[in-house]
Amino acid sequence: MARFVARRLFSMVLVLFTISILTFLIFQAIPNGDPALRLAGRTATAPQIEDVRRQWGFDKPIYVQYARTMEKIIDGEVISYSQQQNVEQEVWRDLPVTISLALGAGILFLIFGVLFGVLSAITAGRTTDRALTVLAMFGISMPAFFLAAVMSYYLGYKWGIFPIGGYVKLTDDPWGWFTHLIMPWVSLAILQVGVYSRLLRSNILDTLGEDYVRTARAKGLSERRVLSRHVLRNSLIPVVSLWGLDLAALFGGGALLIEIVFDLHGVGQYAAESIGRLDVPPILVITMLTAFFVVLMSAITDILYAALDPRIRFS
Amino acid sequence: MSVASGLPAAPAGREGATPGLGEVILGPGAVTPGLGPYRLAWRRLRGNRVALAFGLLFLAIALVSVLAPLYAHQIAKTGPDENHITETIKVGGRTLEVVSPGGIPIGPTWRSRFFLGADQNGRDIAVRLLYGGRNSLFIGAVATTITMVLAILVGLLSGYSRGPVDGVLSRAMDVLWAYPAVLLGVALGVVFALGGIDLGLFHLQGSSLLVPAVIVGVVYVPYVAKALRGQVLGLREREFVDAARAQGLGHVRIMLGEILPNLASTIVVLVPLMLANSILREASLSVRGAGVQPPSPSWGTMIAEGIRFIPAAIHTTLVPGIMLMLAVLGINVFGDGLRDALDPRARVRVGRSPVSAEIET
Repeated sequence: MARFVARRLFSMVLVLFTISILTFLIFQAIPNGDPALRLAGRTATAPQIEDVRRQWGFDKPIYVQYARTMEKIIDGEVISYSQQQNVEQEVWRDLPVTISLALGAGILFLIFGVLFGVLSAITAGRTTDRALTVLAMFGISMPAFFLAAVMSYYLGYKWGIFPIGGYVKLTDDPWGWFTHLIMPWVSLAILQVGVYSRLLRSNILDTLGEDYVRTARAKGLSERRVLSRHVLRNSLIPVVSLWGLDLAALFGGGALLIEIVFDLHGVGQYAAESIGRLDVPPILVITMLTAFFVVLMSAITDILYAALDPRIRFS
Repeated sequence: MSVASGLPAAPAGREGATPGLGEVILGPGAVTPGLGPYRLAWRRLRGNRVALAFGLLFLAIALVSVLAPLYAHQIAKTGPDENHITETIKVGGRTLEVVSPGGIPIGPTWRSRFFLGADQNGRDIAVRLLYGGRNSLFIGAVATTITMVLAILVGLLSGYSRGPVDGVLSRAMDVLWAYPAVLLGVALGVVFALGGIDLGLFHLQGSSLLVPAVIVGVVYVPYVAKALRGQVLGLREREFVDAARAQGLGHVRIMLGEILPNLASTIVVLVPLMLANSILREASLSVRGAGVQPPSPSWGTMIAEGIRFIPAAIHTTLVPGIMLMLAVLGINVFGDGLRDALDPRARVRVGRSPVSAEIET
């Protein structure tokens, strides 16, 4: 077990390291992407540009630049090119927004995904199941940003039920926080509700055919108890591990388009703006942050799986 | 997820070159006379009217998109990039401006001209919708092809060879998997939109449709490759592979001739799923300015232009959005039916559903 965990940790570090190099290289490869030109401003003379280049270390070989940037990231001192602000402070400023968005949406799609999945499975083939399947199919086929745009037009702009955009701090005004986030939560959750309910439905139907379910019924357990104790508990495992990964992607700013549509100024929006400005340090930090969440979550699920299921060998 | 995904059960497809048990005992085809598993699947699919109807819906959308020039020349009499800002149009006896002095474009006229209204540049939305559909579907198809070809190669190689080749390929897939797909796509899209892709022999212009297609295609490779690798790991231990090896077949022959046919049903199930995802992903890239470059239309760029204009004219967002949704819905429902038909107990499992791999914003 300890060796398994150690190996997972090692491969985590390796993956993060590779991702940081790749990100750095992608932005080095841009034609006309010389950051010194942009930092020096439009009217800069050639010597001024050279000055900037030397000052920021852009004249050094690329591996030296990479090593220095990583060193600064680890020390929390890295500065963005365009705003010349401390990147990690900016991310910390935006993170509460993204976490509010991600957690709310995550709770929403877990609850409704499971609810609809169970309902769909126990009514398999009947009207409720059919209706839920149609809903799930719509959810899976709907681009979240389109749903967000349509919701903000009708529910926000036209009928004025919810505020159109912006973020209110939870500590300032809990109710305002809630109302401002309802539409973003729902538009993010719809897709996952569809995915989860479909996944859970087929998992439950598969599990119902297992021998131990027949055994449980044979020893006289009530159908409700068979379902909750034996079927659901096993069928939920893949759903919950998927939930961890989806949440990780959301924490790292995966919802950037939703943040932009609702003007929330979270990590995703910061990432999008930085990409638009070809501002490498923030992109590097946010990419690594997201990758870290994803790698961590998948390591946790793997370890939990192995711990829960004795049939999985630690190899 | 390598531990978590487990090994998918063998598909319902044919088992290499070995005859089924029934055929050995009772002679060929005695169990279900004359019906192979694919024939059987086709029968089941034919009985699933809903799946077929939605498949037809998608085909219809694809067909009208292909016929876009016909509509543009014969009916709307305008091109996808032609501006009509200053013009007027007669609708039911009244003369209306295509774009009002306040900059608000006309809504659906339900006439041959501006059938679905105009956008803020006075362009005919219906015409752009069809041309945009061509671009979106083309990108989706190319991206899906790239994903499937690369994923089949990676899955076969790493599952079959195991050892160091598997180690390297699997780590590469891990990196792509953990790389925030949204950020990667947008970053690559912006970078290549500025400079194009230069791969020695090939040079793609930044405005080429192949740029988003390549990006979307590559980003999805690990989702498919992981699922296939898991299955190959199980298949390579089966007797028919041993038999092929004993006959002296080479590794390539075994991979392509013995193992690949057994992956067929998984691949067939994954194609519509990846097509739907690719079309959605193209749209989200285009919304971020990292996909199809204006003025070329695609459903994604049209939605993006519409969103920027939202309180004034919702139809510029609604029209391409609904079209996109219908196309994807068509593929998804058909794909669902296809999976049920090929695999009634839905035994083909993807380790982690590609749809949900990251939030499709």
